[in-house]
Amino acid sequence: MLGIGIIKGMAVTAKNFFGSFVSKKWLPTVQYPEAGNTITAFSRNIPFLVYDKEDSPLETMRCVACKICEKECPPQCIYIVQEKDANGKLLKRPRIFDIDISVCMGCQICVEMCPFESIKMDSVFELSSENRFEGLLLHRENLLKSNSYYHQIHPQEAQEVDDRLAAKQKKAAATAAATTPSTPAP
Amino acid sequence: MTTNIDQLIVDLCKWVAQFSDDYLASNFPVVAQFLHDYPIITNLIWIFVCIAPLMVVFLTFFAIATWLERKGLARIQNRIGPNRTGPLGLFQPVADGIKMLLKEDITPRSSDRLAHFLAPVILLVPAFTILSLLPINRNMTAAAVDTGLILFFAIGSVSTLSIFLAGWSSRNKYSLLGGMRAIAQMVSYEIPLVLSAVTVIMLTGSLDTSRIVSAQQLSSWVESSNPWLQILGQIVKWNVFTPYGFCGFLIFFVASLAEVNRCPFDIPEGESEIVAGHLTEYSGFKYALFFMAEYVSAFAINGLTVTLFLGGWSGPNIRPWGSDDPNALLIPGFVWFFAKMFFLMLIMIWIRGTLPRLRVDHLMGFAWKFLLPLALINIFVAGFYYYTPWYIGWPFGFAVNYACYELLGKLNRPTTISSKRTYHYAT
Repeated sequence: MLGIGIIKGMAVTAKNFFGSFVSKKWLPTVQYPEAGNTITAFSRNIPFLVYDKEDSPLETMRCVACKICEKECPPQCIYIVQEKDANGKLLKRPRIFDIDISVCMGCQICVEMCPFESIKMDSVFELSSENRFEGLLLHRENLLKSNSYYHQIHPQEAQEVDDRLAAKQKKAAATAAATTPSTPAP
Repeated sequence: MTTNIDQLIVDLCKWVAQFSDDYLASNFPVVAQFLHDYPIITNLIWIFVCIAPLMVVFLTFFAIATWLERKGLARIQNRIGPNRTGPLGLFQPVADGIKMLLKEDITPRSSDRLAHFLAPVILLVPAFTILSLLPINRNMTAAAVDTGLILFFAIGSVSTLSIFLAGWSSRNKYSLLGGMRAIAQMVSYEIPLVLSAVTVIMLTGSLDTSRIVSAQQLSSWVESSNPWLQILGQIVKWNVFTPYGFCGFLIFFVASLAEVNRCPFDIPEGESEIVAGHLTEYSGFKYALFFMAEYVSAFAINGLTVTLFLGGWSGPNIRPWGSDDPNALLIPGFVWFFAKMFFLMLIMIWIRGTLPRLRVDHLMGFAWKFLLPLALINIFVAGFYYYTPWYIGWPFGFAVNYACYELLGKLNRPTTISSKRTYHYAT
């Protein structure tokens, strides 16, 4: 029959219309500020810096200020200055680690480049600020988050990273053990 | 005072007229004499009294319709729709109105300023004027004209002019394209619109809208004492239940969609092709006026569809208990009228949520090669129906109309498709 396609289409929209009153499947909208939002394990937003021990973030942070991420960052939103001790000797740790999240495009290249598994993607999204210059420039203190937080937001990925780091340590220990006998024994 | 419930407003009007006449004659004889000497003043006052409620009611309907449209479309698209302003977002039209009022009213520097200003005004005037020709209830036609239907189409087609005025005066190529599309579309669709209404005029033998409605009531049943017969008598003779009326209703409804620029015939303002058509250079309250006129004329044309095919203000209605007046109705007729009008409006919204916009050549082909022949055949069917008993005319009329419908569909299908279409990039 001519025009049956129109009637079929109208039936589809009617199904969507009435379905939206009965089923979550037909109305997936979340009333965000009132109802909150659910973050999936796969959500990625801006990077953060990982540290291992809860009580000493600065001492156990994984970042060694190698500046690879700063160089790789396509929009160049990362700024790193290496820390020096009292004698002027360079320490393996950043003194300044800034990310301008108004520039960051969340491409995750820094995460992929980092050889020390120290920078990872966060899933926070409520990042608005009253000051669009200072408020959106995140410093080292804002960016540092513990490994347990990482486990909390991306459990599977964090476990893989932990396993990888453990394997690396084991390997390093093994090579260290292999090299130790060559040194002259006392 | 023994009055019908449905005639309450009419009686109230008469009473106010009588009372004000008496009051003026006894207390202000000078004023009464003046009004008597210059009846045009009295007429103007009466016109205002008749039009003011229409304006109030239909502007309220406009607000409700925008809310309904946004909510309905949202639900069709699995969204919630406006829900921040008031309960269920019911104050959204108010917020929209305030926003529109506060916005800057920009007139392009090179535009024709007078025409640019006049276009929305001219669009609004016929939209509201044609409302006054609709019989909202028994004895409730703001302007009871014997040739109401002709007047409706005549005044209604002024809106074409004002849309072209808007497109022309904006001095913008998109506006001009939109205006030209509007002219082509509205002139084309005017023909099937009127031709499908002709069948009703033929069988009623009148151009008077209130007589068209009363012809759709089976008076012998309505005046009987059986309430079921009263209910049925107000329904069975609706034109939509006859072959010519059913076909005419469909043609009229589709053509009215095009007449008021509703989806899927909204190519004059097709935002994916020509920015916003004739609305491109309008902002602020003039833009709001365009929208208001669009919705009000949609209501008006739906009101005419209801009047012509869906029985006007008659609906499943019974007399109040203990009333012997054959004209008495329990539910006022305007309730049914407005209910049917909103029902058609909801179908318009539903169609907007479903169908994509037509291409220009498809649009014109649909009017000239499909609707127009069908409307012409429908006129013959109506004549046949008139001269034959219903048990022959009814099935035969439906059969002929359906056969022509399918045949026209076949004829309009492109006969040869030169080669099978190949898709190079899609698999």
